[in-house]
Amino acid sequence: MTLLSVRDLTVSAPGGLALVDGVSLDIEKGERVGLIGESGSGKSLTALAVMGLLGEELKATGHVFFGNEDLFAASERRRCQLRGDAISMIFQEPMMALNPTMRVGKQVGETLRIHRGLGRRAAARAAVDLLGRVELPDPQRCAMMYPHELSGGQRQRVMMAIAISCDPDVVLADEPTTALDVTVQRRVLELLDRLVAEEHCALLLITHDLAVVSEMCDRVVTMYGGRVVEVGPAARMLTSPAHPYTEALLETSLAVSVDAPSDGVLPAIAGSVPAAGAFPTGCPFRDRCPRRTEACEVTPPLAGDGTHAVACWWPIAQPVAGTSTR
Amino acid sequence: MISYLARRVAIVLVSLFGASVVVFAVLGILPGSPAQVILGTQATPQAVRQLSAQLGTNKPLWVQYLHWAHGLLLGQLGRSYVSQQPIGPQIARALTVTGPLVLFALVIGALVALPLGLGAALYNGKVSGTFLGALSQVGIAVPTFVGGILLIIVFAVALPVFPSSGFPGWSQPGQALRSLVLPAITLGLVEGAILSRYVRASVLDQLHSDYLRTARSKGLSRAQALWHHGMRNAMVPLVTVLGLELAALIVGAIIVENVFSLPGVGQLLLNAVDNRDLLVVQDIVILVAAVVLVINLLVDLSYHLLDPRVRDEGQR
Repeated sequence: MTLLSVRDLTVSAPGGLALVDGVSLDIEKGERVGLIGESGSGKSLTALAVMGLLGEELKATGHVFFGNEDLFAASERRRCQLRGDAISMIFQEPMMALNPTMRVGKQVGETLRIHRGLGRRAAARAAVDLLGRVELPDPQRCAMMYPHELSGGQRQRVMMAIAISCDPDVVLADEPTTALDVTVQRRVLELLDRLVAEEHCALLLITHDLAVVSEMCDRVVTMYGGRVVEVGPAARMLTSPAHPYTEALLETSLAVSVDAPSDGVLPAIAGSVPAAGAFPTGCPFRDRCPRRTEACEVTPPLAGDGTHAVACWWPIAQPVAGTSTR
Repeated sequence: MISYLARRVAIVLVSLFGASVVVFAVLGILPGSPAQVILGTQATPQAVRQLSAQLGTNKPLWVQYLHWAHGLLLGQLGRSYVSQQPIGPQIARALTVTGPLVLFALVIGALVALPLGLGAALYNGKVSGTFLGALSQVGIAVPTFVGGILLIIVFAVALPVFPSSGFPGWSQPGQALRSLVLPAITLGLVEGAILSRYVRASVLDQLHSDYLRTARSKGLSRAQALWHHGMRNAMVPLVTVLGLELAALIVGAIIVENVFSLPGVGQLLLNAVDNRDLLVVQDIVILVAAVVLVINLLVDLSYHLLDPRVRDEGQR
């Protein structure tokens, strides 16, 4: 059964501007889904909307089903019960996301106190165990420290300890390594990979690092301009993507991971992500797309077989009308 | 921590020394000798000289300063030029009015500021929040003496609930407290209105902080998250403002005591200025300066209790 199902999620700014526009995506029990796209594609907002933690000024419509329960129809009380227990989240910036004036152990144990009714001491002991599980050296001492006394990587491990403390069914990880030094990114991801495997929980991994997605995820969802433009199995999408945007992301990330190109120029996607509200009508990517035609002025629907779907009038498997095959 | 404390105390002492020099110099270069003022315009030059010698005001300024400073260090504030009474007990008596008045006003200020600021922050962007914000603006805009006179008109004249002036002394505690109510409200409302702006800003900062979102992602409600994770962090900027506000309250008390005819430090100071009782003025000003410096010291130390990051910096 589908664990988490987002249906026609729209997040709009005060003026009615849609920042996330009709996003649907499913996460099966224990499945790992990578959510990719440049900054400003609406990935984080999608995750926050699932958590019910969008800023007050933003309005979310649509449905988020957790099992059979529509979270958008649930009471705030019920949502609080699920948050941190069944659904947890790892945030991007661990320095900002941890309370600077509370000891680490207390912050980790807090979730257990809320959902498992643990007392102060039991929570403190459990917190030390959790800090050990996320491979922090000397967890006993770490528990007594404040976040500013830890390194960036250690702080993100603390965030992970918080996220897994109540054996969640799904973890939403919002670019968990973006704010970290490149040297520790890999180890933090390996830890996340192992924890998710041990807990048998599902993972929504938001990232723009496709190498990570190819190693860790079963399926991939590409977002652009607040919409899902492609969704499919990781193995297939990362070898033969159908959407030009996924392909462009893939090219840029391959160039970074392989040795520097001989001409010294890194490939980049033409243009830049427009500001919210400045996306073109029709296909949001058409201004930057090498395959665009007049047809792209009409919004393409997300269409495909049961496993692989793409929102493009000229997916890469097909030739573009009037030009030669690439 | 110890070396930090020693450093801070040293700064307070140096500041006090500076303040004493400035106070003494400014009052010392005022024209007209105290003896002349006491004896009046009809006095013979000889009588004035004689009194000056008796008061010690004929000596060079630096000798007078050393004499005064030496007395201060020993806790001796000297005798009033005018009444010949020792100044220390006079100030001590006045403090039994001003001290409770300032504390009372501070409590009222906090009672106004916390709900007003918290409400304005929680309902930010909604009509009720804007209304609460506007209310605090009105409170800030009304000057202390106008607010005081309005309160007298309403609660002492129209509805005689509280006395409009005077102070019966602490031998009648109930009456004494009642006579402090209106002055304390006058003082406290303005400070509370100002403080509420800071409370609002500080709480809003917390509400938008990433760690409050993390707290909510653990399953805490908005109010719980604010209480458990926001309050301590919100206090850090508020304590600074509270220290400044307390200093402002002490200064504001001088005006309010005169509006309500309370025999406090403010009234003592104004009377001393009127009578050119310079030594009393010097003593009061240096005492107020000392109190303000000590408050600032306490504010600095409180950061160490509230914010572990500051604590670590202090150790370096």
